[in-house]
Amino acid sequence: MFENIFQYGFIVRGLEAGVIVAIIAPLIGIFLVLRRYSLIADTLAHVSLAGIAIGLLSGINPVLTAIGTAVAASLGIEKLRSSKRLFGESALAIFLSGSLAFAVVILGLADGFNASLLNYLFGSIVTVSAADVRMIFILALVVILILGIFYKQLVYVTFDEEAAKISGVPTRLVNSVLMVLAALTVALAIPIVGVLLISALIVIPVVTALQFKKSFARTIIYAEAVSLFSVIAGILASFYFDLAAGGAIVLVMLAVFAAAFVIRRR
Amino acid sequence: MEESNKVDHSKNIIEVADVSFSYDGREDVLQNITLAIHQGDYIGLVGPNGAGKTTLLKVMLNLLVPHQGSVRLFGQDMRDFEEWHKIGYVPQKLANFDANFPASVFEVVLMGRCAGKRLFQRTTEADKKAVLDALEKVDMREFKDRLIGDLSGGQQQRVFIARALVNRPEVIFLDEPTAAVDREAKDSFFALLQKLNQEAGLTLVLVSHDIRRLTQEVMHIACVDKTLTCHISPEEYLAESESSDIGGKKVKILTHHHHN
Repeated sequence: MFENIFQYGFIVRGLEAGVIVAIIAPLIGIFLVLRRYSLIADTLAHVSLAGIAIGLLSGINPVLTAIGTAVAASLGIEKLRSSKRLFGESALAIFLSGSLAFAVVILGLADGFNASLLNYLFGSIVTVSAADVRMIFILALVVILILGIFYKQLVYVTFDEEAAKISGVPTRLVNSVLMVLAALTVALAIPIVGVLLISALIVIPVVTALQFKKSFARTIIYAEAVSLFSVIAGILASFYFDLAAGGAIVLVMLAVFAAAFVIRRR
Repeated sequence: MEESNKVDHSKNIIEVADVSFSYDGREDVLQNITLAIHQGDYIGLVGPNGAGKTTLLKVMLNLLVPHQGSVRLFGQDMRDFEEWHKIGYVPQKLANFDANFPASVFEVVLMGRCAGKRLFQRTTEADKKAVLDALEKVDMREFKDRLIGDLSGGQQQRVFIARALVNRPEVIFLDEPTAAVDREAKDSFFALLQKLNQEAGLTLVLVSHDIRRLTQEVMHIACVDKTLTCHISPEEYLAESESSDIGGKKVKILTHHHHN
C-alpha cells in the first residue's frame, strides 16, 4: 500500500503548493489572531469566492480574480474599521454575507454550480497545476518580502497601537498592509484547502503555538512547525487513504491543537 | 542621558498655545489651554475624572488634533515634528493589559527601538545593548527572558518605562501610571522617577488623579478641568486647597474618588 507516491507529478506539485501555503499562513495568522482579527480570514475567503465566480464567468484565472476582490475588500474593511462608524465585527458580517450572495448570483448566471466550484470550496490538491504552483510561489515571495519590510512595525502596532503611533510608526499604513497580506494569503491558499477551510490554516497553528508561548519569535517557530507537520501529514494521508486533502489537513491540525491543549492543562 | 546633565530650564520642551479640543465637533473637552513645559520639569497633570487630562496628554502627543491652537514640541510645530525618539510614552493600559500577548520582556522593550518609518529594520547589536541598558536602569535586566504577561503589575510597569527609556528620550509622558500597582510598587516607581528626573535631567509629564501622592513628588501641578485652572507648585496647591477658595472643594472631591 505504501508505494512511492513521489513518482506521481501531481502529488509532488500538491506537496510543493501545500508547503508554501503552510509556511505563509501562520506568519499572517499570528498578527490576525493577536489583534482579535481571526474572523477576517474567513471573511476574505468568502470575498474570494465572489472573485472566483467572476473568474469562472469571465474566463480569467479565478485565483487572479480572487486576489483582486480579496485585496479590494481588505482595504474596504480596514477603512470601515478605522472610521469606527460600524460596530466592531459587523463590517465583517456585511462583507462575508454580501460577497457570498454576490457569488451565488454570479455562479447562477455562469451556470457554475459544478465540480470546479467544489474544488474551490474545499480545495483540490490533485488538480494543482505547475502554473498554479508557480503563481503560489511568487505570491508567497511577495508576502514574505512585504512582511520583512514591515515586520517590526507590525509587531509594535499589534502589541500597542498607540505607543507605536507615538514612536512615529505610520499605523494606518501598517494596518492596511496587514489586511492586504491577509487577502493575498487567503487567495493563494484557495487551491490547497479551499475557501471554506482557509481560516483554519491561518488560525489553528497560531492558537496551538500560543499554548506554549515563551516569546513572539518562538511562537512563530512553533506555529510554523505545527503548520508544516499538519499540511504534509494531511496531504500524505489524503493520498494513502483517499481522503479530501483540505479536510484531512484541518483535522490533523485540530488533533495537534487538542493534544497541545490537553498537555498544557495537565 | 549622561550627556544631558546640563539641564537648561529655560528651554521649552512643549508649548501648548490656546488649544481647544472636542470629539466630533461636540462640546469642548479642552478650552483655551496654554501651558509650557520646560526642560527638566517634573509636572503632574491633575483633575477630576473626565476633566480632559488624558485628552490633553494625547493632544501633546499628536494622537488627537485640536480644532484650535497649536502644539509645539522641541520648538517645532506638531504637524512637522518627526523626532519621535526624543519622546518616551508609558501608556495607561497596564490595568487592562493583554496578559496573553506572547512577548518576552526583551521583545517588549525592543519594540521601542522601532524607529518610525524606516523599513527593513533589523535588530542590531546597538539595539540589543540599548534594550539591556534600559532594563538595567529599571532593575529588570534579570527578567529579560520572562513573558511580559507573567510579571506583576509593578514589574510590567518597569518594563514599560524601560521601553520609554530605550531611545534615551528627553521627555517621558506617563498616563495614570500607578493605576494598577500596589503601594510598595508605587513607592519604588516614584523613587525611580525622581532618579530619572534629578540624576538624568529627564523631563517628566505625569497624568494622575492621585493628587495627594503627586504633591509629594512633582515640581509643578497643572490642574485641568476643561480649562487650565492652575499651574503652581505643590506647596501652593496644598496651601490653596487648605484655604476655602475654589481649589478646596475640588481637592476634597478628587482625593476621595479613587476609582479608575
